[in-house]
Amino acid sequence: MSYLELRGVTKDFGGLRAVDNLSFEVEQGEIFGIIGPNGSGKTTCFNLINGFYPLTGGEIHFRGRRIDGLPPHRICELGIARTFQVVKPLRRMTVLENVMAGAFLRESRVAAARRRAREVLEFCGLAHRADVEAKSLTIADRKRLEIARALATQPEVLLLDETAAGLNPRECEEAIALIQRIRQSGVTVVVVEHVMKVIMGISDRVLAINFGREIARGTPGEIARHPEVIRAYLGEAHA
Amino acid sequence: MGRKKWLLAAGVLVALVFPLGLRVPYHQHILIMILVWATLGNAWNLLGGYAGQASFGHAAFFGLGAYSAGLLVHHLGISPWWGMLLGPPVATAFALPIGLVCFRLRGPYFALATLALGEIFRLVFTNWVAFTNGARGILILPEFTRKLPYYYIMLAIFALSLVMVRVMVNSKLGYYFVSIREDQDAAEALGIPATRYKLYALLPSAFITGLVGAFYMNYVAFIDPHVVFSLGDVSVMIILVVMMGGVATLWGPAVGAAIYLALSEAFRARFGAVSLLPFGVLVCLVILFMPNGVMGEAARLGKRLAGRREGWGGEPA
Repeated sequence: MSYLELRGVTKDFGGLRAVDNLSFEVEQGEIFGIIGPNGSGKTTCFNLINGFYPLTGGEIHFRGRRIDGLPPHRICELGIARTFQVVKPLRRMTVLENVMAGAFLRESRVAAARRRAREVLEFCGLAHRADVEAKSLTIADRKRLEIARALATQPEVLLLDETAAGLNPRECEEAIALIQRIRQSGVTVVVVEHVMKVIMGISDRVLAINFGREIARGTPGEIARHPEVIRAYLGEAHA
Repeated sequence: MGRKKWLLAAGVLVALVFPLGLRVPYHQHILIMILVWATLGNAWNLLGGYAGQASFGHAAFFGLGAYSAGLLVHHLGISPWWGMLLGPPVATAFALPIGLVCFRLRGPYFALATLALGEIFRLVFTNWVAFTNGARGILILPEFTRKLPYYYIMLAIFALSLVMVRVMVNSKLGYYFVSIREDQDAAEALGIPATRYKLYALLPSAFITGLVGAFYMNYVAFIDPHVVFSLGDVSVMIILVVMMGGVATLWGPAVGAAIYLALSEAFRARFGAVSLLPFGVLVCLVILFMPNGVMGEAARLGKRLAGRREGWGGEPA
């Protein structure tokens, strides 16, 4: 039995097929990378796993249970949390309160949720910003907050959507270190990423997609040399 | 913390003793109406302020509460005080299907749906003459001739609503309400069932609103559909009271109600029939220049002075 599995998943938006008969499996404990050019269907994939969009076709299974068709809050409850590419801070709440909103999923008492949230902030290196309103964070800290808030729900699987986009090289390094710490803590991570360096550096396995279809799959080294991937990113002449 | 407790104790004492010193019934009436609007504001604030679901149809719940009491007398000859037991559950029972339907909509669409809803109730209660006595309304004999008993009953209802809001927003519920207000998609991704928690805000809100409606029937002794289901004089007025005092602040509705009632009565005394015009201008100015209301601005000022944030209230996003 596979851990997290997409079987022939298809998603149409009107006449546009955003995800086309896509199948892959994520194994427990790994960092699984998904790459692809702009508009190739990476974020749509997350929106399907996390229940924001209904599937046009196919099935999604998690720990032997079919999860497509469930609402987003149920999927989070089952242990799949996500971040958003376009960060969604709860603007007029403090950083701590943002993370508490996540922690309440498993702790219904305020004091316990606050304690849990402080631990997560510490883990993510955001503790010094705990009492700041979320809307006044820098973009790098907002990305950290996205991760912290998702971690506070105590997920088994964490879907990270373009965490490194818009970060400078140093912030990128920090993000990579954080993602590795998250994996070490026992959480399975699925990363959608544009920044090659990030995804190639941390992923155990990588799936490359274009126009919603799989074009390659393998270790980061294999993917980087794959002619289809090079064609998708750099064009025919370089393949 | 100690200072706050003393302040609260002093406030309770003043609220209990102050009306005894008022000799003019009109002044006592103003106090009762301030409590009525403060309580309605508390109820609205739970849903519209904290959970961010701006209802333009709270007159529906107010009217249902009032008619629950009125129709008991009208049809069965039972004391309208029983209406205070019947009104809140009736309003809550109607709120449940309303919420299930309207919470499929977001933002302005939700507001418009609730606005239409209030109007629907007004029209039904105007035209269903056999059951509601239509536009002739319902007249009862008031229980007390003095104002004071009504004042203390309403004070108790206000206190109940205040404690209820405070307990709710300081628990998990409050965090979830504000999360849904700030970003519903993010909230759902954090495992928050948004529709269910919006109902957790709506149902107590309707309950309190229905309770105040039932009290209003007992106190004023006359209702008709145009008064209790009024869009302008109930639904929108609740919103203005909360906006003036401070959306999503604990004491905002009370402060807003006091200022609103005092000002509108003063303008009425000074300008008579045209009082609505200067009053309307003033309300516009407040909304333009104090969008956070009195308590919201006070919290912001306090925060700037103390360098920290207070309450859930808010600056506009």
